[in-house]
Amino acid sequence: MSEKIKFTIDGKECFAEPGQNILDAATDNGVYIPALCHMRGIKPAGSCRLCNVKIAGRLMTACTTPVEHGMDIENDIPEIQGLRLAIIEMLFVEGNHFCPACEKSGNCELQALAYRYQMMVPRFPYEFPVKEIDASSPKLIIDRNRCILCKRCIRSFTDENGKNIFAFKKRGHKLQINIDAKLSANLSDEMAQKAMDICPVGAIIRKEKGFDQPIGTRKYDKVPIGSDIKSVI
Amino acid sequence: MSTYVKNIIDKYNNDETRLMDILIDIQSEIGYIPNEAVEQISQSLNISIVDVEQTLTFYHFFSQKPIGDYVVYLNNSVVANMMGRSEVAKTFEEEVGCGFNNVSDDGKIGLYSTACIGMSDQEPAAIINGCVFTKLSPARVKDIVADMRAGKNVKEMFNEYGDGQNNSELIKSMVFNNIRKRGEVLFSDYENGAALKKVVTMTQDEVIEEVKTSYIRGRGGAGFPTGLKWDFCRKSEGEIRYLICNADEGEPGTFKERVILTELPKMLFEGMAIAGYALDAKNGVLYLRSEYTYLKDYLENIIQELRETNQLGENIAGKQGFDFDIRIQFGAGAYVCGEESALIESAEGKRGEPRNRPPFPVQKGYMQQPTVVNNAETLCSVVKILLKGADWYTMMGTRESSGTKLISVSGDCRYPGVYEIEWGLRIRDMLEMVGAEDIQAVQVGGPSGTCIGERSFKRTICYEDFPTGGSMMIIDNKRNLLKDVVKHFMDFFIEESCGSCVPCRALTVILKNKLQKILDGNGVMNDLTELKKWCNMMKQANRCGLGQTAANPILTTLENFPEEYEKLINKDIDFNSGFDLSAAVGESCEAVGRTPNL
Amino acid sequence: MSKPIVATTSLAGCFGCHMSLLDIDERILKLIELVEFNKSPIDDIKKFTKQCDIGLIEGGCCNSENVHVLKDFRKHCKILISFGECALMGGLPALRNGIPIKECLDEAYLNGPTVVNSNPDKILPNDDEIPMMLDKVYPCHEIVKIDYYLPGCPPRADLIWEALVALITGNELKLPYEVVKFD
Repeated sequence: MSEKIKFTIDGKECFAEPGQNILDAATDNGVYIPALCHMRGIKPAGSCRLCNVKIAGRLMTACTTPVEHGMDIENDIPEIQGLRLAIIEMLFVEGNHFCPACEKSGNCELQALAYRYQMMVPRFPYEFPVKEIDASSPKLIIDRNRCILCKRCIRSFTDENGKNIFAFKKRGHKLQINIDAKLSANLSDEMAQKAMDICPVGAIIRKEKGFDQPIGTRKYDKVPIGSDIKSVI
Repeated sequence: MSTYVKNIIDKYNNDETRLMDILIDIQSEIGYIPNEAVEQISQSLNISIVDVEQTLTFYHFFSQKPIGDYVVYLNNSVVANMMGRSEVAKTFEEEVGCGFNNVSDDGKIGLYSTACIGMSDQEPAAIINGCVFTKLSPARVKDIVADMRAGKNVKEMFNEYGDGQNNSELIKSMVFNNIRKRGEVLFSDYENGAALKKVVTMTQDEVIEEVKTSYIRGRGGAGFPTGLKWDFCRKSEGEIRYLICNADEGEPGTFKERVILTELPKMLFEGMAIAGYALDAKNGVLYLRSEYTYLKDYLENIIQELRETNQLGENIAGKQGFDFDIRIQFGAGAYVCGEESALIESAEGKRGEPRNRPPFPVQKGYMQQPTVVNNAETLCSVVKILLKGADWYTMMGTRESSGTKLISVSGDCRYPGVYEIEWGLRIRDMLEMVGAEDIQAVQVGGPSGTCIGERSFKRTICYEDFPTGGSMMIIDNKRNLLKDVVKHFMDFFIEESCGSCVPCRALTVILKNKLQKILDGNGVMNDLTELKKWCNMMKQANRCGLGQTAANPILTTLENFPEEYEKLINKDIDFNSGFDLSAAVGESCEAVGRTPNL
Repeated sequence: MSKPIVATTSLAGCFGCHMSLLDIDERILKLIELVEFNKSPIDDIKKFTKQCDIGLIEGGCCNSENVHVLKDFRKHCKILISFGECALMGGLPALRNGIPIKECLDEAYLNGPTVVNSNPDKILPNDDEIPMMLDKVYPCHEIVKIDYYLPGCPPRADLIWEALVALITGNELKLPYEVVKFD
């Protein structure tokens, strides 16, 4: 235990393993830092920008920054929380998020973050972009209207030979998720379920599944996202 | 399996990290990258089809369908538009018979727009089948289209060539250098190989120390001290080290690298070899933007010549164990690849998405090994620093900005071109030198830089006052600053964002729409307040330099030209959604055949 | 002091939000004590007869009539509240956004599975009396200024109740986590 790194988040004394990123370390210390692209155990992407924290006056993404000795991290401050809400709102207007008609509603992390950050309506105008739905895979539907391009599926999901089933296509505002038609055709039900579970929103949906949980019993119906985080240190 | 695709893949040893080169070769061989080729690549490289498409669809110059026997890429930069691009574009459309982003009915000629091609001093310009056509006029376009219809080779469509090496056998281009001012460092006497000979008598530490003492800072724009970067890299743990020269030069309005590559390639390669020596790097990569493909044969020939004269290759300059060689990596149309970590990703055959830091490239760069990425101008300067000494170098410039700087000047001025100036020159003096009059604004450092007005002309060009990566676009009073410049720049950033970070992908569009609302006369004061707030989010929240500076066109004009915005604002009302009922019902009324009844 | 006056309407909505308003159960009696209703489907007053304090808007704007009503509400109400997903972001009607109008009309009147033989003359409704369709379904705040937002599909009855009471009494609005939902 002696080699643990000591640091603080909003003044609270915390401890981390050497090399651990701030986000995982915060979680272990019972401090919630929101993120949509990060998943523990896979390479951080630093793309949703929600986990931005302030270190020595500079914003850094907690998922990509390793903890260092004596770091004083600001997390729950108006400047950062305001930025996070703005990013959530950007995601709502750049896609087509029809929560009432989404299989993932109630279990969706984007929606849950909007609840946690008390978004009533985005401050930005809705874009209503035209996006394609790809239902060519026998097991999955890719609904790009809902995709937030977090790259979780790209980073964590391969077929049994280690080949990527998901990848990005194009760039910038036209960026989209691409699914390999050939490789995805061979997915088992378990793999398809895993792909759906990785997706924080309702962009990867298993065919012939969904709406099987009554309202009131879903993950974020009663408690905000992040409520389950407890210190394990 | 098609043989030509197989040959190309074989040429690169089925190496996944050379995917860029494979795609570039196929694109140039058959004019597009057919699905069968994608499948073939995926099989040979043992990666999935979506992996190939991920790289392919990222770059502007790759295409998955035929785009014409002749492919016209007409530059669509702010400066090109200032110099009469719209007339040229119109003539192309009329003569070819199709609009931009289309191919003529017979499949012969394709018309496309492209971001700045590094010819801002001789606009309007286009690239046709890799060949650069400058100073286009409607009359010239008519001839070119007639030549294309007649099936002429692009090289035979003109017979007047530019100055200097542009006129050499392996280039034969109509591009002019437009070197307007020669300084003491770069455009002064140069004896090829002299610095290298001296360097091999020094230890690596001595070389790095000399560069440190010269206090030269990176000439790409960020201004990081070069010696320090070399030092960090050499002290990083790794199996091998790499040196990459960044000649991507995607910042609109910049073209100094073009002139370096044309006139000073030996100096550049010597600089790379010196860096290789200091870093103990055996491999150098020159990352070159696709737009400069017309220099490919010329540069490769020079690299070969240097190998033959023992300035590249093994035991360079007679020094045992000093091995260093260079390969050229072309890009394929992506501004963001000028960012060093995106450039590294691209050189590894991937989409040009900037990496997260840490680790920094000097720790884990190309192929996850310690890597120095230096700008071409930096590496050229290093040659003179080592030859003439750091003391000589620091005599020029200011206290914190030593030496000289190349500035690309374009826009509304009499003498557009490249100027080698000493740091510390007053902007006003610079503007006088280039023959600029009736100036409304100067865009310094490209779209990601700063737009300044009269008030700032007293400032000096140097790191301690007004730093720049090296370009000045001059905008005179007859231009509409917000519409013709700022909005255009925002479109540029929307197009060029890699799309990874949410704010850079989404907010750029939101900002541009807000600007459009103001331009449409629907702005209220609150729109300006929001614009400013949202621009600042861009600055803070994004991963790379592109995202952090993508709001600069709006932010710096809001700061320096607030009156341009305020005169468009209706100050009597506090809310205006900009909703236009007559426009909103137009489509449905037309569909059902009725007259809007408002 | 006279009671605050409330008006409500449903634009491109399904009246579900109004149903949810009725879902406040016995508190509706208290609401009647607290406020006076003017133009609203609840009392069937068709036209504004006076200036109102609070206007509740259900539904987004899909046609010219919606826009006129919304602007009329803005003119007659001191405070305007968007309630429900449709008012806030277009809601399910906005699923048509991004589909060309011509295609929508073709599907609805010419080639859709429910049309069959019911429109033998292939008529697209174009009478001057019919509202004109907008190019897309607009959230209300993208047309007029909206002061408050109550999300939900429909907004929970408790949310509507608590928000109205807070507004009328001037007390601080404290919302439990469960009442603000987007579905």
